[in-house]
Amino acid sequence: MSSETLYKSFVNAEKKNRAALLTYTVGGDPNKSISLEIFREIAKSGVDIIECGLGHGANIGDGGAIQDSTYRALSGGIRTDDVFDIIKDFKDESEIDVIIMTYQNKIMSYGEEKFLEKCRESQVSGIICVDWPWPLNLKFSDKCKKNSITFIQLLCPTTNEERLNKILNDAHDVVYYISMLSTTGQKLKVSSNEIIERFQLIKKLSPEKKCIIGFGITADTINDFKKTDACVVGSALCREISNSINKELNPAINVGSMVRQLKDNLNS
Amino acid sequence: MIQLQKGVPLIDQHDENGYWGGKFGGNQIAESLNHPIEELENEFEKLRQDDTFIKERDYYFKNFIGAPTPFIKLENLTKYLGGAQIYCKLVSKATGGAHKAYNAVVHSLICRRLGKTYIGGDTGAGYAGKMLSMAAAKFNLKCKIFMGAKDIERQSINVFSMRSYGADIVPVNSGSQTLVDAVSECMRWWTSENEDSHMCVGSTVGPTIFVKICAWSTAQISREMKKQVIDEFGEVPKDMKLINCVGGGSSAAGFWNEWIDYDNVELIGVEAGGPEGSKKHAAPLTNDSPLGVLHGATQYVIQDNDGEIEETESISAGLDYPGVSPLHCFLKEAGRARYTSATDEEAIEAFQLVSKNEGFVSPSLEPSHAFAEAIKIAPTLSKDTIIVVDSCGDSAKDSKIIAERLGYKI
Ligand SMILES: Cc1ncc(COP(=O)(O)O)c(C=O)c1O
Repeated sequence: MSSETLYKSFVNAEKKNRAALLTYTVGGDPNKSISLEIFREIAKSGVDIIECGLGHGANIGDGGAIQDSTYRALSGGIRTDDVFDIIKDFKDESEIDVIIMTYQNKIMSYGEEKFLEKCRESQVSGIICVDWPWPLNLKFSDKCKKNSITFIQLLCPTTNEERLNKILNDAHDVVYYISMLSTTGQKLKVSSNEIIERFQLIKKLSPEKKCIIGFGITADTINDFKKTDACVVGSALCREISNSINKELNPAINVGSMVRQLKDNLNS
Repeated sequence: MIQLQKGVPLIDQHDENGYWGGKFGGNQIAESLNHPIEELENEFEKLRQDDTFIKERDYYFKNFIGAPTPFIKLENLTKYLGGAQIYCKLVSKATGGAHKAYNAVVHSLICRRLGKTYIGGDTGAGYAGKMLSMAAAKFNLKCKIFMGAKDIERQSINVFSMRSYGADIVPVNSGSQTLVDAVSECMRWWTSENEDSHMCVGSTVGPTIFVKICAWSTAQISREMKKQVIDEFGEVPKDMKLINCVGGGSSAAGFWNEWIDYDNVELIGVEAGGPEGSKKHAAPLTNDSPLGVLHGATQYVIQDNDGEIEETESISAGLDYPGVSPLHCFLKEAGRARYTSATDEEAIEAFQLVSKNEGFVSPSLEPSHAFAEAIKIAPTLSKDTIIVVDSCGDSAKDSKIIAERLGYKI
């Protein structure tokens, strides 16, 4: 029952009076075994939920850091099935929920039904699809629900209130707020307060839904969001993987320490 | 089988979600683009009905782009091939040298109406970028052009023009460093900058509204040609074939637009077959590529079985694109148009044959693909058949590539 455990992860963080921490790394970056090792280190370092990128070459929502990670994984020969393998191996030894973040063509080419079956087999709890907006995603999100997988709807600063209401109405119990108009990995160009205001609006319209905040969050800004439900850090970690590889250091260890730092900053 | 509706413009034959034939097109975009796309949809629907806007468009089409472009008979080529009568719509005479001028002018006018001061666009062959920078200079817009590093190298003549017009050229080094990556990067830019900036997609690809605006703009080609055809023949010929190259498909969509309802007019699209004997090509319709999502729209796209877009190869930068317009997917599925491909070698041969025979017509490598098909079929047809080829680009930009192929220095 994956969507249940996912929701519980948010509730557990809330009980401890803190926001949940999510990390994003690309599955298979830089290869299968190190990617799994990275997940293990992240898990040890206090993450609440892991977002795993199922990389796509035409990743039009992503900035440089995630493009580099994706390129490394894909050019290393990582396929969709490899990413499922990594998640399954991780889940066999961990209770931490895993969400897949990907693009529609990856799901479409794999086959929607088969994709969801694989998600269940490898114990994936949720799916975020960058380029599959509401309402085009409704049929698929229903299929997710039937498979106990949370389809996570995306919201952004220019989603007007009418649309916000409609999306929230159709959304499962977790949604994602894109903090600013940008691709991933750009500098935060709006104030934390503005983001929190929008977050509060979402919570007002739909109090029981958990809302992840993402895009542009780094160790420097994460503390601003401690009173929200959850935040995700992605590009900073992908950049750390790139740096570690360039310096021939162990990316898993370095990503792990960065996650510990993020967790500390989030709660301090 | 999917049916076309008669009497309804092709660009309006989509459903409420933006799909033609229930599955081609759409808006598969990040949520951050939903608002600017809605804003653009509303503005475009308003402007289409606005007489002053239409007058403005026509003014620039006539006085700046030089409409109508010539419609001429290729007497020598017809005699040489001995079969169908071959005509040419010389769209390369449009200011700047290609059909991309229409879309660029319309987007720049829309950009101004939206009160935005910055415009960005993608380019492959460099014509879309050249025309957009040209129009941006005229309309006092700041302009950014995204172009693959490989294309910057092979289409340097058009890059020179863009620089002269003051555009900021952003080289794209990711992936295959061609048009597909340029469009991706342009969409990323717009995702961040859409509050003050407008995006011009250089062909009939991308989210539905961009397909519509582009085809609405290039429709000028067939609007003016219809008059020219009737002037020439006194009526619409009983047996007429319109041949056009298809990359993204903007030139073909415009060349065919007014003829869709004429069942006696055959529409033939020619994609890039790539080097002879190579498995790489840029011909998703000809080779029955699977349906996929690329740049915000569902279309036939060259991809592997893991959904990864595959590299394409063509001597012609303008046709070197793995996807194709949802409009052409729709026309193919409805059986209205026929699609085929020509190889690099056939295009080069066609370029030579046309240039040598006709002088006034010197097609760039993109329309040379269309001429290659005309050359193939003309001898098998009777003199009562009229073939019209859209010569939508001028060879000047390709002089380096062609000279190298033919073994001489320029
Ligand atoms: C002269 C010319 N013809 C054709 C094309 C292909 O584009 P489309 O299929 O959109 O007309 C290009 C694109 O750059 C071009 O420059």
